[in-house]
Amino acid sequence: MDTKFALGGIDYLVMAVYFLFVLGIGWALKKYMKNASAFLEAGRSIPAWVAGLAFISTNLGALEVMGMTGSGLKYGMLTTHFYWIGAIPAMVFLALFMMRFYYGSKARSVPEYLKLRYNEKTRGLNAILFAVMTVLASGISMYALAILLENVLGWNFNISLFASAAIVLAYTYLGGLSSAIYNEVLQFFIIVIGLLPMAILVMSDVGGWNGLQTSLAPIVEGKGFAADAWTSTWKYTATASGNPLGVAWYGIFAGLGFVLSFGYWCTNFLIVQRAMAAESMTAARKVPLIGAIPKMFIPFLIIVPGIAALVLMNDPLKGFALPLNSAGQPIYDYTIIMLLKQYLPAGVLGLGVTALLASFMSGMAGNVSAFNTVWTYDIYQSYIRPVTGNKDADDKHYLKVGKMATIFGVLVSIGAAYIASKFGNIMDFLQTIFSMINAPLFAVIFLGMFWKRSTGNAAFTGLLGGFIIALLHHGLSVPEGATTLVKGGWIAPLITYPVEMAQNFWTAIYAFSTATLLTVILSLLARRTKTDDELNGLVYSMTPRLDDSAVLWYKRPWFLALIVGIIMIVLSILFW
Amino acid sequence: MLDIRFPIGLMFTIFGVIITVYGLATMGHDAMYVRSLGVNVNLISGICTLTFGLIMLFLSDPVRKMLKKKDV
Repeated sequence: MDTKFALGGIDYLVMAVYFLFVLGIGWALKKYMKNASAFLEAGRSIPAWVAGLAFISTNLGALEVMGMTGSGLKYGMLTTHFYWIGAIPAMVFLALFMMRFYYGSKARSVPEYLKLRYNEKTRGLNAILFAVMTVLASGISMYALAILLENVLGWNFNISLFASAAIVLAYTYLGGLSSAIYNEVLQFFIIVIGLLPMAILVMSDVGGWNGLQTSLAPIVEGKGFAADAWTSTWKYTATASGNPLGVAWYGIFAGLGFVLSFGYWCTNFLIVQRAMAAESMTAARKVPLIGAIPKMFIPFLIIVPGIAALVLMNDPLKGFALPLNSAGQPIYDYTIIMLLKQYLPAGVLGLGVTALLASFMSGMAGNVSAFNTVWTYDIYQSYIRPVTGNKDADDKHYLKVGKMATIFGVLVSIGAAYIASKFGNIMDFLQTIFSMINAPLFAVIFLGMFWKRSTGNAAFTGLLGGFIIALLHHGLSVPEGATTLVKGGWIAPLITYPVEMAQNFWTAIYAFSTATLLTVILSLLARRTKTDDELNGLVYSMTPRLDDSAVLWYKRPWFLALIVGIIMIVLSILFW
Repeated sequence: MLDIRFPIGLMFTIFGVIITVYGLATMGHDAMYVRSLGVNVNLISGICTLTFGLIMLFLSDPVRKMLKKKDV
């Protein structure tokens, strides 16, 4: 199946306008970048709704969009678990219980919170792993973008790579975190406006939700599932084999709903940084809740069209097919590309392509702007050149370091992109490995925030131990039918899981449990190292309650959380 | 600091104008719109985008300030 788009002049015009605005925003923000705090923390001045949209937009990178549409085709409505149970409870928890410590502790990053709550080495371990991970992630997404542009628009790989890196560098260098956040908001709206025409056209082509259900029944039954297996979320999760995801309800609850999602949404600095940039404590606590509302509806834009694509694929009259890889398997990640190509004429097609471009770029910018903050505050300032006490000189110096780190981050990402193009497997492997740091990190931060007895040495051991267990489990287990060691089993394939998802869930569960056990046991064996006073603002029981009585009732975080919870429950029942 | 609604509003207004004009210009080009199920998706999408852009623009600080000045 030919993946090339026939873009017209009008489509390039739309793209050009977008690039103009991206760079223009960087340029307009340049004059505010007077010190390191303005550059790396957006001066803590971002309104809640802007930070809230950036909060979910950071996660809505192009790889996520493409992957989720493909998953819609493969797993049906069960994919929405990543957007509902696998995101919303964690976002609500972050908002109501954790944000006040991140924001109120004066920490400028998640690693710095670890330093304040625990000790220097715990911060160091987390900071270094995080810095390496973000640069790698940015490199991988650059590589994916360049490949996509080559396959879809016929652009040269090298030129695409350098041009996109140059644009990202330009606007993050000019406007720092503010620029990255503003562009994420821009990206959010372009994604919605650019993909909505496709989503509506696909759905009307298959006869709406009812038509989709009717047409899916014979196809899905042919695969050996119940007729409505692709259009339900919880109905067939009593057993792992009854649903296409291959995971039972308790696995979804514990693996996705708890360990993976809390590990990602509550501790990943890339995400939390958006909320930490908010203009006030109340705003910071509302950021994840504001983000949660559009988050719950994104599946209708990207997952449901993917499900409809399964119907199109099985209807010869539609002439819809996915490109095949060298092994003759369909490339599911191209589902959204092929849908755009199928339904959009020149004009709106330009908007759709711009939406994908925008999400790639803002994904990179997000990584780069998290990297430069951790590098400047947690690595450079702690180990290379500590604060001197001369505030003006320090401010200037760290601003310069932050800007240099931005350039450095982009250059290393380009390098990583080339490594990925030569040894794609190695990058996949590294990404899997680094995704393992989140689960133990959540255990350690959670205990730090809610248990005053936990100590620094215990946390450090927990973090490291959890990571090692995750590695071991990955080395000892394989998903069924895996052909490369990248998927696991590189020590010995002792455990076999039906699908890769199940393997990931269990890796996270083991890592989380190990980190929790180690931290609890070692803390109980040791003496407390911090006094109650030192823990004020860092630990729940040691911090005075926040008083929201001055905030109008419908603007309070608790009320927003209630609304978010109700929407999620209603959606889950509607699509049971 | 810069009110984000201003660049968002301006950009989507421009997008809206481009796509709407293109939709008008291609009215009657049925062959082009076969893929979009016979709907002139540019015209509809363009008008929606334009509306969104204008709303954002009117809500943004720079435009509100400008309108206030005119009243006085």
